[in-house]
Amino acid sequence: MNLQIRPVLIALRRHKAGTVLIALQIALTLAIVCNALFIIHQRLANLSVVSGVDEADVFVITNQWATDSPTPQVDAQVKADVLALRQLPAVLDATPASGYPLQGGGWDNPVTMTPEQIKPSTDSAVYLGDEHFIDTLGLKLIAGRNFRPDEVTVFGTQQAIYPPTVIVSKALADKLFPDGNALGKGIYPMSPTPTTIIGIVDTLQRQGVDQDSNTYAGQSLIWPLRSADSRGVFYIVRARPGQLADAMREAPKALIALSRQRIFDPQNGIQDYATIRRKAYDSDRGMAILMGIISVVLLAITAAGIVGLTSFWVGQRRKQIGVRRALGARQSDILVYFLTENFLISTAGVVLGAVLAIAFNLWTETRFAMAPMSMTYVGIGVLVLLLLGQGATFAPALRASRVPPVEATRSV
Amino acid sequence: MFAYYLDLALRSLRRSPGLTALMVLAIGFGVAASMTTWSVFRAVSGDPIPWKSSRLFVPQLDIWGPDSRKKGGYDDIADAFDYTDAVALMRDHRGKLQSAMYQVSPSVVPADATKHPINVTGHAVFGEFFPMVEAPFKYGSGWGAQDDANRAHVVVLSDKLNQKLFGDVNSVGRSVSIEGKDYRVAGVVAKWNPQPRYYDVVNTGGFVGDGAEDVFLPFNTAIDVGMPNNGNTNCSEIPKGSGFVGLQQSTCVWIAYMVELDSAADVDSYRNYLDGYMRQQKQAGRFNWAPKYELRDLPAWLDSEHVVPDDTKVSLLVALGLLIVCLVNTAGLLLAKFLRRSGEIGVRRALGAPRAAVYAQFLTEAGIVGAAGGVLGLLLTGAGVACVGWVLPKDIAALARLDVSLLATTLLLAVVATVLAGLYPTWRASRVQPAWQLKSN
Repeated sequence: MNLQIRPVLIALRRHKAGTVLIALQIALTLAIVCNALFIIHQRLANLSVVSGVDEADVFVITNQWATDSPTPQVDAQVKADVLALRQLPAVLDATPASGYPLQGGGWDNPVTMTPEQIKPSTDSAVYLGDEHFIDTLGLKLIAGRNFRPDEVTVFGTQQAIYPPTVIVSKALADKLFPDGNALGKGIYPMSPTPTTIIGIVDTLQRQGVDQDSNTYAGQSLIWPLRSADSRGVFYIVRARPGQLADAMREAPKALIALSRQRIFDPQNGIQDYATIRRKAYDSDRGMAILMGIISVVLLAITAAGIVGLTSFWVGQRRKQIGVRRALGARQSDILVYFLTENFLISTAGVVLGAVLAIAFNLWTETRFAMAPMSMTYVGIGVLVLLLLGQGATFAPALRASRVPPVEATRSV
Repeated sequence: MFAYYLDLALRSLRRSPGLTALMVLAIGFGVAASMTTWSVFRAVSGDPIPWKSSRLFVPQLDIWGPDSRKKGGYDDIADAFDYTDAVALMRDHRGKLQSAMYQVSPSVVPADATKHPINVTGHAVFGEFFPMVEAPFKYGSGWGAQDDANRAHVVVLSDKLNQKLFGDVNSVGRSVSIEGKDYRVAGVVAKWNPQPRYYDVVNTGGFVGDGAEDVFLPFNTAIDVGMPNNGNTNCSEIPKGSGFVGLQQSTCVWIAYMVELDSAADVDSYRNYLDGYMRQQKQAGRFNWAPKYELRDLPAWLDSEHVVPDDTKVSLLVALGLLIVCLVNTAGLLLAKFLRRSGEIGVRRALGAPRAAVYAQFLTEAGIVGAAGGVLGLLLTGAGVACVGWVLPKDIAALARLDVSLLATTLLLAVVATVLAGLYPTWRASRVQPAWQLKSN
C-alpha cells in the first residue's frame, strides 16, 4: 500500500478554509491540553506528598485559651494537659506543638551557615516540640538522638529563644550538607547563636502547602521547646492503632475536665489527619479536576468537529470517490486516502500546537511563577491528538470506502 | 424578511440535526466554562469599595534596607508596619482619615456563667477607621479621638456577636468582658464583610470565607492591655526583646496601615511627608540606605498583594481557550454547512437576491445556533456556578454569584461569538457564483 500524498495535497488546496480551521483547532487543543495535563500532573503530585506523620493514628487538637495568662501558668496547664492525654487508654502519646505538617501555612525561617552570611542557604519550616514530638508524630529517627527531657525549655508568646540543639529532616540536612555529615554541625536558622544538629528524622513535611513552599519541600527543623503560647497551642495526639475514634472522643473531654477555660473551635478544633490532608490539598485537587474536565471537553469537541467536517467532505466527494472506485481503486485505497488527508492536516496542527503550547507555558512561567513544562507533555499531547484525529476520521472514511462505483454515473 | 430567514434557518438546521447539536453543544460548553470561571474571577477581582478606592492609600516604608531584606528572603519592601512607624505616622496625622490596625483574637466571656467562653476575631484600630472604610452601623457608632487618646475600654461588635451576647437588641452602653476586662459597647456594625477584606490584606490574602469580624477595639487600648497580635509577623532580623513588648520594640512588621487622601494635591503632600519622614529617620541614624517608600492606592495595593489567586486567573485563561476552540470548531462546521447549499444560494442569487440577502440569511442561521448555544450555556453556567466550590477554594468560590448581568452576558457572548464565527463562512457563501452552480446542476 503506497501513501499518495501529492493528490491529497492537491485536493486539500480546494478546501483551504476548512483545512486551516481544523489544523487551527487541533493546534489550540494541543496547546491547552498539554498545559492542562502538566498542571494536573503537578497538582496530583502534591496530593500524594508524604508527610512523614503516621496519618492513620494521629489527630490534632487546636486548643485556645479563654483567658490571657502569664507564661508560667500556661506552661503548667500545658504540662498537665499532655500528661492527662498520655494517660488516656486509647492514646499512645501526645505532645504540645506550635504547628503541624500540612497545616497550610506556619512558621519558617531562612537558614544560614554563618551569622554573617547575607543570602540564606535555604529555608526551613520550624517546629517546636518536646521529647515526645518524634514518637507522637510517628517520625523515623535515622541518625543521632532524640531530645532529652532536660533539654526542653518553655516557649511563651512571641518569645525569642534559640536553643543550642536542633533535630532536622533529612531533606534539610542533605540540602545544607550534601556530603552527608550534618550530625554535630552548627547552623543559624535566623538565630544569633549556632544551633547544633543532634538528630536527623527521615521525612517531615512543612506546615505550608502552597506553591512557594514547593521549592523547600520537606525541609524542616525541630527545636526542643515546649509551646506555652497564651493565645493557644496545638496538641498533637497519637492514638493506639485502630483506636483513633475513641481517642478523638476522649481527649477533649479529658481536657475540659482539667479546666473549662479553653475553647475548641466547633469546626476545626479537633481534626484527624485525613481531614487535615483533604483541606491542605483542596485547591490542588480542584485545579486538577477542573483541568481534567476542560481537557476532556476540548478533546471531545475537537474529535466531533473532525467527524463533522470529514463527513461533509465525504458527502461532497461521493461522485469523485465513485469515479476512483470505477477506475479500479479498492475500498482500502479510499479509506487510506481520508486517513492520510487527516494525518497531514493533524501534523500541521500539532506542529503549530507544540509551538503554542511551549509559548503558553513560557508565558505562564513568567506571569504566574509556574514551573517549566517537560517536553514529555508535548509529546504525549501530540500523540493523543494524532490518534484522536485518525480515530475521528475512521468512521466517515469507512463510509466513504463503501461508496459504490456506480455513484460515478449519477448526476448528483 | 427576518421571519423568512428564520424559517429557512430552522429548516436547514433540522436537515442535519447531528451537526446542529454538535455546534450548539460546543458553544454551550465553551460559553459556560468561560462564564463560570469569569464569575469567580469577577468576584475576586472586584473593587470592594468602588466609590472610594481611588482615595484610600496604603503606605509602605523600607525600614529593613536592601541587605536585611535579602537576608530575610524578601524581594519587596515591607508590606506592613512595625510599631515605631505606625505610632509615628498616626501621631503626625497627615491624612484626612487614617488608621493603623492589627489583627487580634481575644476571648469573650459571656455574662451567663454557664456558657463557654468564645474565641472571636477582630482588629485593633483607631476611631477614624470606621468613617474611612464607611462601616455601616446598626446601633451606635465608632469611638472618637478622645477615646483613642485616653485608651478607653470601648468596643464595636459585629451584628452576629451582638446577637450571641445580648440577643437582637441595642446593646450600646452595655458591658462586654474581653480577656477578663470590661469594655463598653460603643456601636454594633450591621452585616459588613467586604470582599476582598481590603483593610488588612496581608493577614487574610483578601478572602476569609464566611466570617465577618466580631470585634473592633481601640489600638492604643489593645497595646496597653497587651493583647497580642494574632496575624502574620514578618521579621528581617531577630527581635531583641521577648514577648509582645519585644515585638513592639523590634523591626518586625505586623501592623496594617491605611490613609484616606481626597485630592491629588493631598496625595502629593503625603508623598512629600513620607519622603521627609524617611530622610529624617536616616539622618537620625536609623538607616544607612537610600530612603525608599511606596504609596499605592487601593486597586494598585490589591494588585501588588496578588489578591486574585493565580489559580483563578489560569482557570479563566484556560476556559477562554476552550471557548476559542469551540468557536473555531463552529466556524468549520458552519462553513461546511453553508457551502453544501451552494446550489440553493445559486438559485436565490439567480432569482435576484443581492449578496446582502445571502448575508442576512446565513448570519440569522449562525445567530440561531448561537442563541441555542447560549440557552444551553445558561443552564450549564448555572450548574457550573453551583458546583464551582468543588474545584476552586471554597472561600473564593462562595463569592461567585449568578445574577442578571452574568446571565445576560452569557447569552450575548454566545450569540455575538457565534455570529463572529459565522462571518467567514457567510462571506464564502455570498461569493458563490450563481452561473457556475446552475450550470453544474
